[in-house]
Amino acid sequence: MFNTYQNIFNQVQVQGVPEWGMDDDGTLMEERIGKPFFSKFMGLFGNAQIGPINAEMYGVISCISFMIWFNIVGFSMLVQVDWSVPELIRQLLWLALEPPGPEYGLSFPPLNDGGAFIIAGMFFLTGCVTWWLRTYKLAQQHKMGKHVAWAFAALLFLILVLGLIRPILMGSWSEAVPYGIFPHLDWTTAFSIRYGNLYYNPFHCLSILFLYGSVLLFAMHGGTILAVTRYGGDRELEQIYDRGTATERAALFWRWTMGFNATMEGIHRWAWWFAVLTPITGGIGILLTGTVVDNWFIWAQEHNFAPMYDGSYGYEDYGSYEVFIGKED
Amino acid sequence: MLPKWYKKWNADNPTNIFGPAIAVGIAGSAVFFAAMVINWGNPAQTSSLQTGPAGTGMSRTEFNVALAKPDPSIEEYYFDEPYVPEGGEELAKDLYQNVQVLGDLTDDNFNRVMLAMTQWVAPDEGCAYCHGDVDIEDYGSDDLYTKVVSRRMIEMTQNINENWDGHVNANKEVGVTCYTCHRGEAVPSNIWFKVSPVNAATAGWSANQNRATSISQSTSLPSDALEKYLLEEETIAVHSLESREEGVPGQDDYASIQDTERTYALMNYFANSLGVNCVFCHNSRAFYDGAQVTPQWGTASLGILMVQELNNEYLVPLKDTYPAERLGPIYADAPKAACKTCHKGYQQPMQGLNVIGNYPELASSEAPEYE
Repeated sequence: MFNTYQNIFNQVQVQGVPEWGMDDDGTLMEERIGKPFFSKFMGLFGNAQIGPINAEMYGVISCISFMIWFNIVGFSMLVQVDWSVPELIRQLLWLALEPPGPEYGLSFPPLNDGGAFIIAGMFFLTGCVTWWLRTYKLAQQHKMGKHVAWAFAALLFLILVLGLIRPILMGSWSEAVPYGIFPHLDWTTAFSIRYGNLYYNPFHCLSILFLYGSVLLFAMHGGTILAVTRYGGDRELEQIYDRGTATERAALFWRWTMGFNATMEGIHRWAWWFAVLTPITGGIGILLTGTVVDNWFIWAQEHNFAPMYDGSYGYEDYGSYEVFIGKED
Repeated sequence: MLPKWYKKWNADNPTNIFGPAIAVGIAGSAVFFAAMVINWGNPAQTSSLQTGPAGTGMSRTEFNVALAKPDPSIEEYYFDEPYVPEGGEELAKDLYQNVQVLGDLTDDNFNRVMLAMTQWVAPDEGCAYCHGDVDIEDYGSDDLYTKVVSRRMIEMTQNINENWDGHVNANKEVGVTCYTCHRGEAVPSNIWFKVSPVNAATAGWSANQNRATSISQSTSLPSDALEKYLLEEETIAVHSLESREEGVPGQDDYASIQDTERTYALMNYFANSLGVNCVFCHNSRAFYDGAQVTPQWGTASLGILMVQELNNEYLVPLKDTYPAERLGPIYADAPKAACKTCHKGYQQPMQGLNVIGNYPELASSEAPEYE
């Protein structure tokens, strides 16, 4: 059909009898629910087969918890707009379920002043933790390494720092992040401003490094593998233990480009560590803020890495307002 | 998905639509972009005003097309030259009844200022807006609330020019007159009323935010920033001034995230009122640091104190003088002023036009000095 193997989007879709997975001891099928089917559309993005899904206990608890959290947040927003669905849609980006005010400290506040937030947060954290247990348990069942679970644990650490550990250390639930689109961005800005500019927090720096690094590595690795699939490079596992021309070409490309190349196996360690270190370093940075350091700019000056700039403050030394607005030449 | 007749018709009538479609597309796009460039100007052309040391990113940028348009209020500003008294003229307080302010003016200047105030505040309604539809002999009457309010506003204007010289004449003689706020309208634009709590279903901090109001400037930030800071005079600063400070949020001056959001709401209002951004006053790397602010930070700080005084000493006490329709829609509170009431989105009101130069009568509560 094609004179070269084209593969950016158009993976050939094979559809037949849906795959149910192994059933070694005759009881594993009990946990798998949902009649599997094929979706040509989803096949454009991943595997065309949808389902079945493993409904073990952790997954069920997690889904129920997330659903309760979602409903508490959603109905709190709905009641804030007098049960008007059009208003809910119109104001959705502004609305939020806010944490209690600082006057309540770590005590349980009234439901309409942060109490609902505490309850919703409890279900949210339960959902996150049980989801982590699910990733661990399923990996165990598949006799896989626990790499996905530990990677998700890195995110879990950040979530727990934001919503549980740091508020407790600060002595106030008011420090938690609100559940809302614009409001959580307000929190982010206010957090940085209140604690003297988070850009001077070295762990924030590291988190940005690993975040941008992850993006770069993702683009480099994805690009490299797609570029050598015509030589079988997309069969990465085979290439790891039986290196072929795809790997040789990919390696040569990078070595000749920048003098160094990752290996077919090692690139995945690069990617995993960069991804995992993003929330870990970010979480440490947040954990230290307000508990160990209250003004990161002053802290950075004390540790001699916030440079001072020479020059005047105020536009008068650089130009004139009258010239700027075109009243004078 | 598409109906059979549609596919059949297409199969029976093979037409190359790409040629014409591309031609129409290119021509249409060209017309669209030409219209955009003509209407909005070339978006690439900007000018910037550097406000701090190179390397700090402190600069204010504007589109040239926006800068090319002067504030239309400058053109519309009504003024006339004062009549310099030669001495011995009778004064307004002796000529007219119930002249409590501006009494030391000569007859000519008194009527000149009255005329200017009419043009600035009630150009359509004329003298009757304050004095009523009565004979000129009865102009001394205080029957109308507008006249009582005007008198207090004249005192306020004199106070601003006299005692807040550091703010209103920070760069050069600019001053304020009635027109600085009123701009030809009896009720000035950009006054404000209390609106919070803005959310009846919640209480506390949850109830004063997450609504697009005029006071939150359509953000989700708190809607009570103006009343807390510019009326109740609460502390605006939120930073710790040492790298480590023990404290629990909201207790003993240890500012909470919520306090910070409210300060941010005020600062955002400030920036929008003046058409500037954070770095017009602050070095945004260290908002709190007094060693890294511009002289405009000092001018703005004076402005905060000035607005607090104007609200508490002049505007709020007039509450019982106003009729109901002039009061706030929610709490029936008196209309209040803040940055935008004068600045109207410009760095200096009316782009720094000297409005007070011709009106020494409004520059001081003492008898005017003409030059």
